[in-house]
Amino acid sequence: MPVEYDQDTKIQAYAHPERLVTTEWLAAHLGEPGLVVAESDEDVLLYETGHIPGAVKIDWHLDLNDPLTRDYVDAEAFAHLMSAKGITPDTTIVFYGDQNNWWAAYALWVTSLFGHADVRLLDGGRKKWVDEGRPMTTDVPAPAAGDYPVTPRDDSVIRAYREQVLAHIGNGKLVDVRSPGEYSGELLHMPEYPQEGALRGGHIPSAANVPWRRAANEEDGTFLPVDDLRAIYQDEIGLETGDDVIAYCRIGERSSHTWFVLTHLLGFDQVRNYDGSWVEWGNAVRVPIEK
Amino acid sequence: MRDKLHEIVEEFADTPKELRLPLLLDFANGLPALPARLLEDRDSMEPVEECQAPLFLAVDVGPGEVHLYFDAPPEAPTSRGFAAVLHEGLDGATPEEVLATPNDFYLSMGLEELVTPLRMRGMAGMLARVKRRVAEGMEA
Repeated sequence: MPVEYDQDTKIQAYAHPERLVTTEWLAAHLGEPGLVVAESDEDVLLYETGHIPGAVKIDWHLDLNDPLTRDYVDAEAFAHLMSAKGITPDTTIVFYGDQNNWWAAYALWVTSLFGHADVRLLDGGRKKWVDEGRPMTTDVPAPAAGDYPVTPRDDSVIRAYREQVLAHIGNGKLVDVRSPGEYSGELLHMPEYPQEGALRGGHIPSAANVPWRRAANEEDGTFLPVDDLRAIYQDEIGLETGDDVIAYCRIGERSSHTWFVLTHLLGFDQVRNYDGSWVEWGNAVRVPIEK
Repeated sequence: MRDKLHEIVEEFADTPKELRLPLLLDFANGLPALPARLLEDRDSMEPVEECQAPLFLAVDVGPGEVHLYFDAPPEAPTSRGFAAVLHEGLDGATPEEVLATPNDFYLSMGLEELVTPLRMRGMAGMLARVKRRVAEGMEA
């Protein structure tokens, strides 16, 4: 039985309002049975400095990536992680984090690969909660271990591989969500961020450029209202909700944010995230590149 | 490597894996605040672009003694932790001691598996910039 949905007017206007909650909603529902709040940040120590009371930490690198292969954890490791965080298949998980929910959206996307049914984002993320002066704690919860069944990861619906992207050029829509400098090939990495080792710069042919951050309000990090999002993705770059779309960035984290926007807020039904992204494409031999 | 920095490296290496991040957080919390003259003149500080979060540094090279200053916001505790390790390990060192610090000294701290190699580059970037400033200060 899912925890009740947020009836906020802005949220109800999205295609799938059951995927987003306001800080007010979360404050009112903290501690409710069946709800687990999970923080996922870029900074691996941020959770330890203070987090929403009762929230567990899920680190994108340490918990969700396979330690050996460049891949996500397997079904056993995922089940183990969920159980350790007190999550069962019926749990409502609300993810939040730093950087406009960048990593929270990534964690939500990976969780969706395993088919977890009720995953939601906190609109505005960690910053909004903190800015509103809501409670924070350094107490780390010790949830009673859940019993999460080993559920296979399904990479076929919302994840794209390099070969599929190659076949997609000219046949489907591509969205490059990196900064304009990375898209044009001027930069091989994010502005202000370390070089991450791509040998070639540019973008995948036919990709439209919509930097991921445009989907969020600069002031408080909340998602733009549905009409503003439509104006960007539908009017400006001409995507239609029935299109077969692949989004990518540098390693697949920023594009999972855009995947969330297209899939859950705008109601696109065929969006995949190419997590190999530019770190793979910009190093791959003989794949086409446009500048 | 300077003894003080070496001791910190050993302290991390000897700490059980699950306690290394809390230790780094202790360092982050202990990063000294900027002195008033730098607080008023933040623009003079050098940005460290290798860090994922904004971090700025300044270096004073005096006769026989180097002083380090770092500035990073509370929402970037990992960068603050790295800065505090360098501060505690190298502040007050001689310019020669700073320059003799191995560029990869942090690899023996056992943090890579916890923090990720990408995040560790911030530490390398900070040290490289400190060394460059010290070398320039010695020439001046």
